[in-house]
Amino acid sequence: MPELRNMTLNFGPQHPAAHGVLRLILEMNGEVIERADPHIGLLHRATEKLAESKPYNQSIGYMDRLDYVSMMCNEHSYVLAIEKLLGVDVPIRAQYIRVMFDEITRILNHLLWIGAHALDVGAMTMFLYAFREREDLMDVYEAVSGARLHATYYRPGGVNRDLPDSMPRFETTKWRSEKETVRLNGNRGGSMLDFLEDFTNRFPVYVDEYETLLTDNRIWKQRTVGIGVVSPERAMQLGFSGPMLRGSGIEWDLRKKQPYEVYDQMDFDIPVGTNGDSYDRYLVRMEEMRQSNRIIRQCIDWLRVNPGPVLLQDNKITPPRREAMKGNMESLIHHFKHFTEGYCIPEGEAYVGIEHPKGEFGIYMISDGANKPYRLKIRAPGFAHLASLDEMVRGHMLADVVTVIGTQDIVFGEIDR
Amino acid sequence: MADSQTLAAKLKERFSDTLTSCVVDKAEVTIEVLATDITDVCMVLRNDPEFRFEVLMDLCGVDYSAYGFTEWETDIATDTGFTRGVIKESENTFQNNKNPDKPRFAVVYHLLSITNNQRLRVRAYPQSSDFPIIDSVHSIWNGVDWFEREAFDLYGIVFEGHPDLRRILSDYGFIGHPFRKDYPLTGHVEMRYDAEKRRVIYQPVSIEPRVLVPRVIRKDHRYESGQAGEEPTDA
Repeated sequence: MPELRNMTLNFGPQHPAAHGVLRLILEMNGEVIERADPHIGLLHRATEKLAESKPYNQSIGYMDRLDYVSMMCNEHSYVLAIEKLLGVDVPIRAQYIRVMFDEITRILNHLLWIGAHALDVGAMTMFLYAFREREDLMDVYEAVSGARLHATYYRPGGVNRDLPDSMPRFETTKWRSEKETVRLNGNRGGSMLDFLEDFTNRFPVYVDEYETLLTDNRIWKQRTVGIGVVSPERAMQLGFSGPMLRGSGIEWDLRKKQPYEVYDQMDFDIPVGTNGDSYDRYLVRMEEMRQSNRIIRQCIDWLRVNPGPVLLQDNKITPPRREAMKGNMESLIHHFKHFTEGYCIPEGEAYVGIEHPKGEFGIYMISDGANKPYRLKIRAPGFAHLASLDEMVRGHMLADVVTVIGTQDIVFGEIDR
Repeated sequence: MADSQTLAAKLKERFSDTLTSCVVDKAEVTIEVLATDITDVCMVLRNDPEFRFEVLMDLCGVDYSAYGFTEWETDIATDTGFTRGVIKESENTFQNNKNPDKPRFAVVYHLLSITNNQRLRVRAYPQSSDFPIIDSVHSIWNGVDWFEREAFDLYGIVFEGHPDLRRILSDYGFIGHPFRKDYPLTGHVEMRYDAEKRRVIYQPVSIEPRVLVPRVIRKDHRYESGQAGEEPTDA
């Protein structure tokens, strides 16, 4: 009889289920995982070091590219850290806009997650449905910032500009008929808020549709129930946060416990799991999408009736208005200084953690009084989650590794930074 | 969130002889301890019901050797172009430029207590600036594994007692610790495909390091009297 040995399997870095560039070294005993060693860093761009060489505002765009499926939440943490060091307050309308876009981003993130996760596990349809809804939300991103993904919309002191009064519309072309154009522009007649409200009316029905496809699906349950179980004690020990922690039954949400912006004005619930397996985390994220929808509705209602400034008017931190810059010497100087040298931040340090779709996204910033950060540390939630992959997959089958990667909601932009 | 002044008072009472500093600034509590005390202090911080910091949210290295250095003179004015540019000092890279009594590197821990809803920042300076070494807290919070590997990779801080201290973010066979302040932003080597050798090769970098916006520290009267928020209180 031949001697049986453990086999080492190389998974990735170019594997569709690796969600990017994860390289896994798996030690297998037959089809059972004995040990998993993730090799990360293939997408390392040294964002933190780059940020040390640039004025504060020039790094906002880098934040989008960290977790590239929840762009505005990354920016949010970064601008909050700057605002904390500067000690400035943000106009209330800007706070509502930021909360609204944080929740839009959460839905965007969870939609991509459910699409990719279900696709990995074997349900193709989810991916197509999820991307249909993402399209509408990315149009909202585009309407407000000009970019569908990397928005660079938040600024220290508010947001770049107010919400637009009209949605961009489709035009008839050689390939798009008159009838088709009318259909596509059906809900684009009013302002951006009208378009978004129309989406929030439709969205809960969509989530119900997803649930009919998955929640009681026999194959889905076979693949997720009891896979990657994490007890509440281990979840805290391993530094989990966000849905990963809530799936294990710990009621912890920074939006409720340490509210920032106007989250204390919002009415929403926190879903919590009980078993800490992949299925519970799936249910938690599905419910989070419904709750985000509720928050967006509340923000829309408030934003409709409360016009006002969306960016702090302090020329030492924010640029002067364009018209003023053209005709006023003082404003011209401020404008020039703002876009060349930037602003200096008082000496000190601050840590700001926000409830990012994936968990706690923290920015630790040290300033020595210069116009560039002295040290910027990005605390990415996925980094702590992926570190526990070894523990979560031990004893499971090879196919379950893919489920666990999916349930952790891994995105390499934030892990490798 | 629990009151930071109360937490600071409790910490001062509990660790009266181990804390080297305890500061409350912008409602954030920061304590500094000696590198030799770090595991003992962390053990109490996790287990004591008054603190109960169950989660280690973040661990990072900091290099204080270039703290306060600027590339542009702001106290004088000239009428001739770029004469205010100052050459970066490079001799003093082996000391802490923020506080010369302290070693060059620091390890910063961000703790979170879910039970008591409070946060704490702990800072420790590993002794010796050429070979910074500090005890690992892996046995207290298992989740610190990769964070310590990252600090080792990027800053060369060695964590004694870590089960598997390897590089994590940089390339296989990488030399140096890229986030140290004396490591150039452009790095030392670049990689390209060589058509003749038909493989990927490494070569010294061909790009010149350049500064687009000089680093400037301006004295600002608005921030002169203490910090922007509340007055820091020293232990």
